[in-house]
Amino acid sequence: MASETQLTGIARTAERVGRMTVTAVEEIGNGAVLVLQSVFWLFMGRRYGQPVRLGAVVEQMKEIGIKAIPILVLLNGTIGIMLAIQSIYTLSIFGAENQVTKAVGIVVVREFAPLITGILIAGRSGSALAARLGTMRINQEIDALHVMGINPVRFLVVPSLLAMLIMVPLLTFMCDVVGVFAAAVYVDLTLGISITAFFDQTIETVAVADLFHGLGKSALFAVLIAVIGVVNGASVTGGAEGLGRVTTRSVVQAISAIVLTDMIFAYIATLG
Amino acid sequence: MVSNVIEVEDLVTHYGDRMILKGISMEVREGEIMVIMGGSGSGKSTLLRHLMALEQKTSGTMSILGHDIDTLSMTEMFDLRKKLGVAFQSGALFSSMTVGENVMLPLFEHTRLDRATMDIMVNMKLEVVELGGYGSLMPAELSGGMIKRAAFARAVVMDPKILFCDEPSAGLDPAVASALDDLILRLRDALGMSIVVVTHELDSAFKIADRMTVLDRGDILFIGTPDEIRASSNDRIQKILNRQADSEEIEIDEYLARLTGSDMYGGAEL
Repeated sequence: MASETQLTGIARTAERVGRMTVTAVEEIGNGAVLVLQSVFWLFMGRRYGQPVRLGAVVEQMKEIGIKAIPILVLLNGTIGIMLAIQSIYTLSIFGAENQVTKAVGIVVVREFAPLITGILIAGRSGSALAARLGTMRINQEIDALHVMGINPVRFLVVPSLLAMLIMVPLLTFMCDVVGVFAAAVYVDLTLGISITAFFDQTIETVAVADLFHGLGKSALFAVLIAVIGVVNGASVTGGAEGLGRVTTRSVVQAISAIVLTDMIFAYIATLG
Repeated sequence: MVSNVIEVEDLVTHYGDRMILKGISMEVREGEIMVIMGGSGSGKSTLLRHLMALEQKTSGTMSILGHDIDTLSMTEMFDLRKKLGVAFQSGALFSSMTVGENVMLPLFEHTRLDRATMDIMVNMKLEVVELGGYGSLMPAELSGGMIKRAAFARAVVMDPKILFCDEPSAGLDPAVASALDDLILRLRDALGMSIVVVTHELDSAFKIADRMTVLDRGDILFIGTPDEIRASSNDRIQKILNRQADSEEIEIDEYLARLTGSDMYGGAEL
């Protein structure tokens, strides 16, 4: 009897895992199709009388990028200072505090600026995208677009995806500068190394490849945030409760995907 | 001879294993108001989505404005859709745009008119639905009836050949619902379009319909004029017609009992 119950439990767990796997594969497939459709409408839209409007892209760039600047400056400035504090503490063990200029620059440019920017944009704009599309789906606005002869991917998704793809790397670059600058101010105050000297040494240490490592990652994060937001928003069912669920889900999925991609990217980029 | 703007032949559709439409055949004639009626689960909303080419059918054929929709290319389908207008039950106005921008959207997307001309056209359509001067408001600032009228303005801004209306009077008080019925009649007379209306409101249906299609459990129960439907001896048709009479003649005690839930739920649970 006990083993029968155990078997039922195992079967249920296996079924649940199976369902989750199928759902995950389906969502990844939807995401891939969405990216392909976006590329199609971006380049072929005009031919079908469905051009991607520059105004819509600029509007999204403002929403995703400009409005996120204050919080990104605050977070990346704080992290730059935090990295300077930790680096000085660690390097002081070896009596090499002066090397802090080299440590902070590389870590900020390769890792922290893209990661923090990605996570913040996922929480701020990825969730907003999922909520906006979810609401539009519930309110039949997506159906209305179809009937009006307006392709929803071209009208809604491509501008968001394009805006993300432009703004996330730009914001990451801004965060590179802010993080290093904040660290430089702290180091100036504690070790007496001038801000100019700090920047000079950072520029000497950080190679162009390091910069592109961070910016390349951020472009990948941008695509992940947009696609995960759209796939979740488009799958909403069950009214306001369902909308809340997919919004939360999109944030969790986007942040998880960013961290995972970051690790894989770092591993591949440092292979040889 | 009056031509048909929509022709449906043996339309079958499934959601999973469940058959929703069981071989529907009907047509919508040029310039007529066709009302599709039926109870919950009768398949009327699904049929409407098919007529708007929003759903994939299992089998059957359907032509809209003389085009077999199965054979249309993507470009032809976009062109066909420009000749269709739809006013959804919820209005489906874009909340991030003003009322005027909502109405202007199809013009902006599908024409090369300059802004001033588009403004004039938008204002004209807003005047037709008695929303002149409301173009700068956001949808959230409008009442339910105004949202539906704004949706009508957007639906007709391209002067479509066919206008679809999904439950236009649902959720509105009788006076506003009646005004919306008048608007539908006015739009047909002024713009000469064919109109397909899905509704379960009998008063509204009999007021505006030239012909009615009654659906029951995914099948067509009756197609005919309002007078033919009233004269029908079909039991199920009579039940549908009498349901309204029942609700109109409801006693005050029964009304209160229903309101407090003591009748339906025995007063034991919410």
